[in-house]
Amino acid sequence: MRGSTRAKWVVSAAVIALAATACGGGGDDDGDNESKGGSEGKNANSAGVVRAYWTDPQNPLEPANTNEVQGGKVMDMIFTKLMEYDPKTGEAFEANAEKITSTDSQTFTVKLKSGWTFADGTPVTAKNYVDAWNYGALLDNAQANAYFFSDIEGYDAVHPEEEGAKATAKTMSGLKVVDESTFTVKLKQKFSTWPKRLGYTAYAPLPDAFFKDKANYLKKPFGNGPYKVDSYTKGQGMKLSVNDKYALEKPKNGGVELKVYTDNTTAYSDLLAGNLDILDGLPASSLQNVETDLNGRYINQPAGILQTVSFPFYDKKWDQKKTLKVRQGLSMAIDRKAITENIFSNTRTPAKDWTSPVLGESGGFSQDMCGEYCEYNPEKAKQLIEEGGGIPGGTVTLTSNVDTGSHKDWMDAVCNSINKVMGSEKACLVKSVGTFGDFRNQAAGHEMSGMFRSGWQMDYPLIDNFLTPLYKTNASSNDGLYSNKEFDKLIDQANAEPDYAKAIKLYQDAEKIVAQEIPAITLWYQNGDAGYSDKVDNVTLDPFSVPVFTDITVKS
Amino acid sequence: MGRYVIRRLLQMVPVFLGTTFLIFIMVYALGDPVLAFFGDRTPDDATLAAKRHELGLDKPMWEQYVTYMGNVFTGDFGTAFNGQKVTELMGHAFPITIRLTLVAITIEIVFGVGLGLLAGLRRGRIADSSTLIFTLIVISIPTFVTGYLLQYFLAVEWKVIDPAVSADANFSELIVPGFVLAGVSLAYVTRLTRTSIVENLRADYLRTAVAKGLPRRRVITVHLLRNSLIPVVTHLGTDLGLLMGGALVTERIFNIQGVGFQLWNGVLRQNSQTVVGFVTILVLIFLLANLLVDLLYAVLDPRIRYA
Repeated sequence: MRGSTRAKWVVSAAVIALAATACGGGGDDDGDNESKGGSEGKNANSAGVVRAYWTDPQNPLEPANTNEVQGGKVMDMIFTKLMEYDPKTGEAFEANAEKITSTDSQTFTVKLKSGWTFADGTPVTAKNYVDAWNYGALLDNAQANAYFFSDIEGYDAVHPEEEGAKATAKTMSGLKVVDESTFTVKLKQKFSTWPKRLGYTAYAPLPDAFFKDKANYLKKPFGNGPYKVDSYTKGQGMKLSVNDKYALEKPKNGGVELKVYTDNTTAYSDLLAGNLDILDGLPASSLQNVETDLNGRYINQPAGILQTVSFPFYDKKWDQKKTLKVRQGLSMAIDRKAITENIFSNTRTPAKDWTSPVLGESGGFSQDMCGEYCEYNPEKAKQLIEEGGGIPGGTVTLTSNVDTGSHKDWMDAVCNSINKVMGSEKACLVKSVGTFGDFRNQAAGHEMSGMFRSGWQMDYPLIDNFLTPLYKTNASSNDGLYSNKEFDKLIDQANAEPDYAKAIKLYQDAEKIVAQEIPAITLWYQNGDAGYSDKVDNVTLDPFSVPVFTDITVKS
Repeated sequence: MGRYVIRRLLQMVPVFLGTTFLIFIMVYALGDPVLAFFGDRTPDDATLAAKRHELGLDKPMWEQYVTYMGNVFTGDFGTAFNGQKVTELMGHAFPITIRLTLVAITIEIVFGVGLGLLAGLRRGRIADSSTLIFTLIVISIPTFVTGYLLQYFLAVEWKVIDPAVSADANFSELIVPGFVLAGVSLAYVTRLTRTSIVENLRADYLRTAVAKGLPRRRVITVHLLRNSLIPVVTHLGTDLGLLMGGALVTERIFNIQGVGFQLWNGVLRQNSQTVVGFVTILVLIFLLANLLVDLLYAVLDPRIRYA
């Protein structure tokens, strides 16, 4: 009897425990129902579907709020912008735009191609572009890419910069709808190469459905691109199929299944086991064996990513003028070749300028921009640093977040290289920061006391994107507070120059100042890499190191 | 005994409030998460302020906490940064982790207690020594090594299983991850059971039972095993909580999107709502598991009574 009462209490406690966990499992129903879509087809490669690696995007999937690669993958597939970039050359060409014309490099008339529709059948009109851009720029919407509209007249009214300021208008005065398929854009000042940046995600059009019911739209976003979303389960995956209404050349496969992985090492095992077709961004541990593991089904090519380390010019120790020689010397003290070979297995290329090889020579990339400052030369390096008064305080720190990539490894190697040159264990010290968020707070809050990582991934393949945001006075990513009037002037001149070739020349003149003053030590160009299964062919990466999904063919 | 259970349940309230508060402060102390949204580009102050306002981060910390707790009591655990409800995340993650834990605990009980019993009954013989060596090996190899090795050989080389668990995470897919997760604890359970068995074999009541002429089977199951399991049950109880929250390594290796993975994501993105929500539920599970263990004592050992 006594035993049974005890048992009863155990049972009731167990019931309470289960009830409590059931509470935690609230909302289980809709989660499970949706999950059906994302998880099927584990073994079946049904109807030519490409199975690709994905991780959960950080922000909701809307164009003006997507600024990282994983969300960008989807945006690229479901939207086609006014301009697009050739996956091979990176050159901009008109896609949704029939033509973009201007007589004064300041007011542009955009004429859309006729007959384009969104995946829901509604036509793509000039209004869709203007509304989308106004939405992206408006401060109240707090979009991550609002910055990209800042050259348009009237931006300051919809997006004042001071903290606590309120928008005084809902729309930018520089945008005007002329008719169904035409609109005009007036910029704040002359900017001849401006139309070439219109291939960036932020400039995508948004269908009327977005403005009617945003929450519903975000559950299953759609656009005017080659694919449409069939099902999307946050945190698990997304299935896309060919958009029948797509106006340009249709994709060469039946669709794409994006599978969310907790770790790219696991994804790599899944690729080897034949459960995954495309893995972009291979785990560092696999690089040694990838050629044999995949039988050559491996891509390793330059991407528009440059790794640099910047100096904190807001710190008195690092006076821009006084430490010039120290910076030049530090740049020469880094053995880029050895580091890219040993640590990155040649998935990085020692940098020779402050842009990227994907721009091509005609786009402003140059092999001899940096010159001797990018060559490893221990004697000269030491000499320059000593001439410049030695490393300020005797020690320079090198700071980065270490939660992703192999940042810790290369930082150790860079410091090692500097220490060897200086003949001191303490010349350079690595400072690791736990999370990217914390690192960004320190960098943007101007709390650095030594060198810090300042990598740059291009938004669009144009030289100005590698220079203006990083080195212009008070620019958005100029975290070291570098400032040079001559540089600023040349950039302004280049922007206003209507002749493309001449503009590039002016940008390069500005870059020469960077090469001389070294506000940031350029380290290496990052390659994009990817492995693919034997079930797919024609796998290539675009200059953003994203797989060109539309070209991939699936073997039957 | 009823009063005891009620008292224990009431004690959970202050513990619950205290832990949520501590975790909230800790995540808050990690710093401002907003800048990380913008990658390497620093947005203007107005955008930052607007984003903070959108996420409710512009209010003082105590106000954020009070609002958060108010919402929690109405069943609203807030929203993760990608716009997904935390309850939705939990609804997906907890069932998966609970399944994984069940698999692991079952493996621990079946193999751990079984091996322990075997070793204990054959003390000093070859079965005993080989069990000891086996457990020593298992304890000394880190989880990620066994995880990656098993994954490589079973999935990539021999293709017995899939390397990555699907989003549904069925029981059958979780057997191998369950073994990896259970590994270390399994070794402890084995050793614990063995020691306990060896000790109780010399106990008076056991000699009495044998002397009474009871069948060997009954002596072992009812008298020996039941008494020897008390320390093992304690271990399993605390293990339950550990397995649920600490399965991060196993979950990442096998692509299981469970509690450990969501917590890791939450910490990395400094999302207090995800972290506090998940930890709160874990704390509750821990407390209830402990209560269950305490109550099970009374079932196993009639000498223990609760008033």
